Amino acid sequence: MSANPHILELRTSPHVHGPNSVQTIMSNVMFALLPIAAFAVFLFGISALALICTTTTVCVVTESLVCKLSKKESTLGDYSAAITGLLLALTLPPGMPLWMAAVGSVVSVCVGKALFGGLGQNAFNPVLVGLAFIHAAFPIEVSSWTLPLAEGRFTSFMGTTLTVPFLSPAAFDGITGATPLALQKFEHVTTGLGELFLGTTAGCTGETSDALILLCGAYLIARKFINWRIPASTLGSAFLTSLVFYAADPEKYPSPFFTLFAGGLILGAIFLASDMVTSPVTPLGMWVYGGLIGFLTVIIRLFSGQLEGVMYAILLGNAVSPIIDSLTQPRIFGARRAKAKL
Amino acid sequence: MSTVTNTAAAPYSLATLLNGMWKENPGLVIALGMCPTLAVTNSFVNALTMGLATLFVLVVSSAVVSLLRSFVPTQVHLVTHLVIIATLVTIVDIAIGAISPQVYRALGVFIQLIVVNCIILGHAQGYASKSTVYRSALNASGTGLGFTLALLCLGGVREVLGTGEFMGAPLFGERFEPWAVMALPPGGFFVLGGWLLAISWWKRRTGKKSAGVEQKQAA
Repeated sequence: MSANPHILELRTSPHVHGPNSVQTIMSNVMFALLPIAAFAVFLFGISALALICTTTTVCVVTESLVCKLSKKESTLGDYSAAITGLLLALTLPPGMPLWMAAVGSVVSVCVGKALFGGLGQNAFNPVLVGLAFIHAAFPIEVSSWTLPLAEGRFTSFMGTTLTVPFLSPAAFDGITGATPLALQKFEHVTTGLGELFLGTTAGCTGETSDALILLCGAYLIARKFINWRIPASTLGSAFLTSLVFYAADPEKYPSPFFTLFAGGLILGAIFLASDMVTSPVTPLGMWVYGGLIGFLTVIIRLFSGQLEGVMYAILLGNAVSPIIDSLTQPRIFGARRAKAKL
Repeated sequence: MSTVTNTAAAPYSLATLLNGMWKENPGLVIALGMCPTLAVTNSFVNALTMGLATLFVLVVSSAVVSLLRSFVPTQVHLVTHLVIIATLVTIVDIAIGAISPQVYRALGVFIQLIVVNCIILGHAQGYASKSTVYRSALNASGTGLGFTLALLCLGGVREVLGTGEFMGAPLFGERFEPWAVMALPPGGFFVLGGWLLAISWWKRRTGKKSAGVEQKQAA
């Protein structure tokens, strides 16, 4: 085309392309997740390792099968299936029976992503679709927690991990421990902030260490692979909502710092809410979206039977993000603001 | 509308029956009557009862509506049809209560809600009031059997996964882990979606194959 300089080359927008491909972003997200996964294996031993390997493998295999069945080019190269699997493992309890985790992985990739048309078309975060399915299908196993740093965690599996497919676990471990959220809600025992921050508490495989998650998130934000507005608004809104309740009745409600550091709020805000496909693209929209998620998380935690509200809050946020986008369109330079239409 | 207007010229035989059961299956192909399809299919027996109850109401109401078609003035069409259907539903309601109080309790209000099942009213309004008793009863049987089949497809899968049993008989031994979600309403949506996917996929495949054969024959 450049052979004849006099020919006017016509192209449709976008004219300026960013340097990042889907592959670059996804592989960086994966690198950022690896330290968290490694720490989880350190805390919970080979059961966590087996869980991470299972979900990742099942997600990748499902993705390749789906591509084959629908006769599409294999999309394994964009790492999105591997990240789905990795994140799903990090949001499940470490002693989760492996076959249940595998069922969740299949639902993640098939229902959460492939049925919508693949990466970029999905309305909901695939990880959370799989997780919500597991929560609905196996409510007991998904809320049985194990204490971290148990002895012999590198030599033997937890009692529940190697359950025969379709059967229920033989017995839950004697070392089952309540998460900080459960302790706070049912026994009014508040876990120390230092412990919460470092992550030596019971909880989902990858949600415990806030320090590490924040560090890895900071790397992604610094390299602009995730937009800082979403984690910032989610955490800020959760903090403020919680502060209002705490100010009203400090006896009954947890402190805002506890709200931030306990449970999966930080993991969700950085790695799940900020998913590019399922979150708004306008700057104002991101603030609204994050604010909504933070607010809903606190409300669900405080006033429902659920201990953790991050999953449903983000799914609800995903559901309204197209509306948020269309209501928060920025003004086109030189144009007068028209009334927003749904 | 009191005379027999021309209906679609389809063969009135086994083909009609099969058409309602498979090609125009109300539950799995044209997605009608979704309320009972999703609500009462948490076990095979519930699905079967619901399917048979609907089949009975559908066939008998079609026949009665067809019988009365020359006596009912247009102005009171809808009301007459509803009275006929409601009478039959009341019969079914009392009968199921007498035969099996357990199933009656499980199905609850959904038996009475057969009155507002769109398949039945659609049949009465759109088909039975315009054609002969035999034709409308045959067509209704096909649709009713198809609906029963759809309910059984859902009920079977949901009972096996949701409780590990099939018609009350355990399949996987004592320690089966029930998938709680399958017995709950979301399970209905998941399984229905799965069946719709499977059927449309199968149809597309066979459609392509037969199209390929026709092309070959043409060439």
